[in-house]
Amino acid sequence: MSDAAIDPITLAVLAGRMEQIADEMDATLFRAAFNPIIAEAHDASHGLYHARTGDTLVQGKSGLPIFVGVMSFAVRAVIDKVRETGETPQDGDIWIFNDAHLGGTHLNDMRLVRPYFRDGELFCWLASVGHWHDLGGGAPGNYNPAAKDAFQEAFVLPPVKLARAGEMDRGVLDIILRNTRLPQSAEGDLNGQLGALDLGVKRMDELLGEYGGGTVSAALDALSDRADTLMRAELDALPDGRWEAEDFLDNDGIVDEALPIRVALEIRGDRMTLDFEGTADRCQGPVNIARPTAVATAYVAIKHIFPMLPANAGVMRAIDVRIPEGSLLSAEFPAPVSGYTETILRMIDVIFAAASQAAPDRVVANAYGTINALSIAGRKKNGQPWVMFSFYGGGHGGSPESDGLNHGSAPISTATIPPMEILEAAYPVMFRQWALRPDSGGAGRHRGGLGAIYEIEVLEENGAEVFLFGERGKHAPKGVAGGSEAATNRFSYQTDDGWAQPPMVSKMRGIQLRQGQAVRLETPGGGGYGPAAERDPEAVARDVERGLLGADAAERLYGRGGAA
Amino acid sequence: MTETTGKRMIGVDVGGTFTDVFFLDEAAGEARVAKVPTTRPDQSGGFLEGIRRETDDLSGVSAVIHGTTAGTNALLERKGARIGVITTEGLRDVLEMRRRDRPRTWGLRGEFEPVVPRDLRLEVPERTLADGTIRTAVDLDAVRAAAEHLRAAGCEAVAVLFANSYANPENEAKAVAALRETWPNPHVSCSSEILPEIREFERFSTTALNAYLQPEVSGYLNRLDGALREGGFGSEFMIVQSNGGVMGVETACQLPVRTALSGPAAGVIAAGYIAGEAGFPDVITGDMGGTSFDVSLIADGHSMLAPQTSIDFGMVVRTPMIEITTIGAGGGSIAWVDKGGLLNIGPESAGSTPGPVAYGQGNDRPTVTDANVVLGRIDPDNPIGGKLDRLDVDAAGRAIDIHVGDKLGLSTVQAAEAILRVANSRMAGAIRLVSIERGFDPKRFAFMPFGGGGALHTGAMLAEVGIGRAIVPRYPGVTSAIGCVIADMRQDFVQTINSTVDDLDTAALTRFMQDHVNTGTAMLEGTETRFEARETVFELDMAYVGQTHTVSVPIPVEVRNGKVHAPNAKQVAEAFDDAYNTAYGRLLPNGTRRVMNLRSAVIGKHPKFDLTTLAPSGGSVEDALKGSRRVHFGDDWHDTAIYDRLALPVGAEVAGPAILEQADTTVLIEPDLTGRVDAFGNTIITRKDSHG
Repeated sequence: MSDAAIDPITLAVLAGRMEQIADEMDATLFRAAFNPIIAEAHDASHGLYHARTGDTLVQGKSGLPIFVGVMSFAVRAVIDKVRETGETPQDGDIWIFNDAHLGGTHLNDMRLVRPYFRDGELFCWLASVGHWHDLGGGAPGNYNPAAKDAFQEAFVLPPVKLARAGEMDRGVLDIILRNTRLPQSAEGDLNGQLGALDLGVKRMDELLGEYGGGTVSAALDALSDRADTLMRAELDALPDGRWEAEDFLDNDGIVDEALPIRVALEIRGDRMTLDFEGTADRCQGPVNIARPTAVATAYVAIKHIFPMLPANAGVMRAIDVRIPEGSLLSAEFPAPVSGYTETILRMIDVIFAAASQAAPDRVVANAYGTINALSIAGRKKNGQPWVMFSFYGGGHGGSPESDGLNHGSAPISTATIPPMEILEAAYPVMFRQWALRPDSGGAGRHRGGLGAIYEIEVLEENGAEVFLFGERGKHAPKGVAGGSEAATNRFSYQTDDGWAQPPMVSKMRGIQLRQGQAVRLETPGGGGYGPAAERDPEAVARDVERGLLGADAAERLYGRGGAA
Repeated sequence: MTETTGKRMIGVDVGGTFTDVFFLDEAAGEARVAKVPTTRPDQSGGFLEGIRRETDDLSGVSAVIHGTTAGTNALLERKGARIGVITTEGLRDVLEMRRRDRPRTWGLRGEFEPVVPRDLRLEVPERTLADGTIRTAVDLDAVRAAAEHLRAAGCEAVAVLFANSYANPENEAKAVAALRETWPNPHVSCSSEILPEIREFERFSTTALNAYLQPEVSGYLNRLDGALREGGFGSEFMIVQSNGGVMGVETACQLPVRTALSGPAAGVIAAGYIAGEAGFPDVITGDMGGTSFDVSLIADGHSMLAPQTSIDFGMVVRTPMIEITTIGAGGGSIAWVDKGGLLNIGPESAGSTPGPVAYGQGNDRPTVTDANVVLGRIDPDNPIGGKLDRLDVDAAGRAIDIHVGDKLGLSTVQAAEAILRVANSRMAGAIRLVSIERGFDPKRFAFMPFGGGGALHTGAMLAEVGIGRAIVPRYPGVTSAIGCVIADMRQDFVQTINSTVDDLDTAALTRFMQDHVNTGTAMLEGTETRFEARETVFELDMAYVGQTHTVSVPIPVEVRNGKVHAPNAKQVAEAFDDAYNTAYGRLLPNGTRRVMNLRSAVIGKHPKFDLTTLAPSGGSVEDALKGSRRVHFGDDWHDTAIYDRLALPVGAEVAGPAILEQADTTVLIEPDLTGRVDAFGNTIITRKDSHG
């Protein structure tokens, strides 16, 4: 990277151009991908990374938020591998891997990393990550709530070369495609990712041809410095101090014991420390996460608190993230990690809870805090298997300006939910209810957004089997700045003896339903912001009139029956 | 029937600031334009005033065509009617739950209020399954009781939104029939009538927004219609739809949601036609207004259609519309330097009120227009907007110093150039987005700026994106009004089929097609216009089973004497393979092909007017020269010739640096560019060293 100074105008122009390159890589994959998790839910990401350190230089805006922090670890894993083997990267090399303990998140996320050369020198890295539909393991789709190690989750691929100097290694490809239940989908997604990387190379060639390597390189350094300056300016404006927060996971799906997640947030001048000391040790079930995931999650939380900060590594220079050894936030290979979403959502919740004490006007209350991965599966009369798999929404936290959003997406995602009619047309189910859940938002000056109720009846004569991977069944999303907590997650299912609830509350495998029986998911709302007593009485009355708040709940939470 | 030759037509486009009127008298070979301030909240005042500028006698006028923002504004400002919803038991919250999205990726802020509050969304017992089976027949007593409740609560319109009504409309139709018997006005919107397409949120949202607009928009259109008739108008009053086609005023009153992007669509239609006639069938349009820059791509004479849009967060309208990409960089966009020392443009805008600093209406932060003023590119003595007689150049310069120059260590002029460079770069980014990113090579395209400010930025678009030439239409400020008289009549239809090709019931498919043709033809025949040609287009949305993104598959269908001769399943499969292969470059050998939706369009082609009507006659370059002014380009001031644009003759060549001025537009020809007036009065701008 160059030390040359760059004029502020060229910098502004280049910032936009490079962001557009990453965005275009995202768009290329979304269009070409075969599986809807990438095509519809945008569970993918692309960017440019520092030649020596792997730090994020520029990243696309449309990929999944969690990847903004985690991608640099994937690049770093390849840099380490190169160093270890002593080889020299060549133009046209591409590494591929899914090892979550090296690259973060979970094994479904296939990462491709490609060096980019300018005048024979390594200029930067390009990377692409996308969530593949299936990579073998104990459960189709790899959400195995009973997995005790990575091997039961999926096929594990360490960083290996998929292409050498532009030549694809057919052998590596064969190994990968032999280890998935859906080779066609996998190959389609892989082609999409390769296409995105090719496009990135082409666009970088054009940009560097136009501006010269020295200028672009100087711009990248300047953008990173600028992100650091912006972050420090934000931190400097906050008071010094140390604030703690604690929350819990219900259990790990194997042992029914609450798992604490703790953070101490410390601000000194223009620096911040996030120390997760006191968090539970590595557990048996798949709610562990690898260290890269934990660090990336801190980044996601910070970016939600300071949304105008750019998506590059400069932001994190002023922040020290301490993850205790042996904790479930730094689980070593081969600890199972497929349920990582639940753990990182709780990390974000505790960071918000601690930050709100430092800067109550900057932070929103906790969102619903669980993705509720619900799978309903069976066989049709003709023997054909079917699996309906989806994530469900809940409420967002109240904010300093307004009530929380009803039925939003999880903070780590921007995925939309499939339409009910699409699900009913594709699977033998009928939604008896697809509705907001009254009384589920945490009370407060600005109440939390409402969670949802989904009641799904099985229409298939052969019945169906149900799997759920959720959280927040025992520990509700919290309010901030004096706001109250939301309703907990509640899952129930019909049996011949009436409605029942699973012993682990939010996690369950193998529930058998007959035709005409249903499952019912009532998702948490968001926490409240500010004391309930400060809520505008007219807002309480309006919620009662609209049926978002029952008269009883209005009395209990706000001390009045809704009469303004 | 009105004769189509020698017709007199009036196109009216109501924008945020101005109402533009375009008068065409083909027999006399004349065209005139009028620009009057838009009146608010009732836009009919400006509409009628604009027409009166030219004529009080409307008896000989063959058509008045209107591009309107009445619907858009009512949606954006939440000024629609109080409406109610009657829906399936268990589903009253679909409108409020959306597709579980959020307003912005980062920050987790913001809430959403649907246009119908929850207490006016009532459930009734009824249920249809996805295969069309009726599981619970609709309880009509419950429907009547719900209607009574909504009327008592003051609702002026009602939307009926039932699950899976795309698959079988029976329950919904019964409920709507019962409602129409008792509801006191025609404002009953039915989801299976408006959009018989799978995806409940999109269908419900489109239908509810239709109901929300109906009282307001139909009232407005009926007022206009009445006033036109009083003026002696005895012919067709038509409204531009978001798809770029026109519809009769009665249809518009029933389907006001189809006008959501009426105004901008008309502009793109005009741009496509003007560029095509001038010999550029591939064109990228750029409409620069006060707060935004709207870009659209026309390839081989066809504009791209998008299946839906969000007017605002959670306010989804699903009806075909001309695809327009908008970025927040307009003349009023504010330039600012962030804490990290980076120069930004927008998204905050001073709009047209208070407007740029130079307008002297209270804004003190510099805008893109202020940069153009400081650099001499806009004539300070002839302001287009604002209330001053002369623009305040000094104030603009001071604002640029304080907010940009001082912070970045730049002189006033350097800072103004910097603002334009960053703004141009963002606008160029929008053009790259619609062209390069979608596989279109911009070199093939011409850039057509319209709206007030676009023609100031032409050179930058050529330089930054590699577009070969620009074409500035003769009247860029009234392009949308011109588009009104160019647009064809068009009606779009959709029907969800949801069947694999192997199981495709072609008889049922043909019945739907025949229905669409019958309804569309009846609409064309109900008008007083004579069409040069009729066209019917059928497309199927198709994918492999398991995929969610569909491809549009044009299918060859013969319509002879109004009768549809449908294709067989094999032809459908082949058409899909062709379309899929073109889109993705490969087929899935073992994939199962599925038909999701049928889309039909019935189009009545208007004879197009002769654009030479707009061309200048006579004149000379010398006479058109008004003087000169110092204008800053790059690093230096240049003595720059100023021309009266409309006085330039056909064939005139003007080498840059030069500025062509007309009432509402400034055309900038930078030092390395040259402009030529073509046979229609358009200005074609190319690089001096090129020939294109």
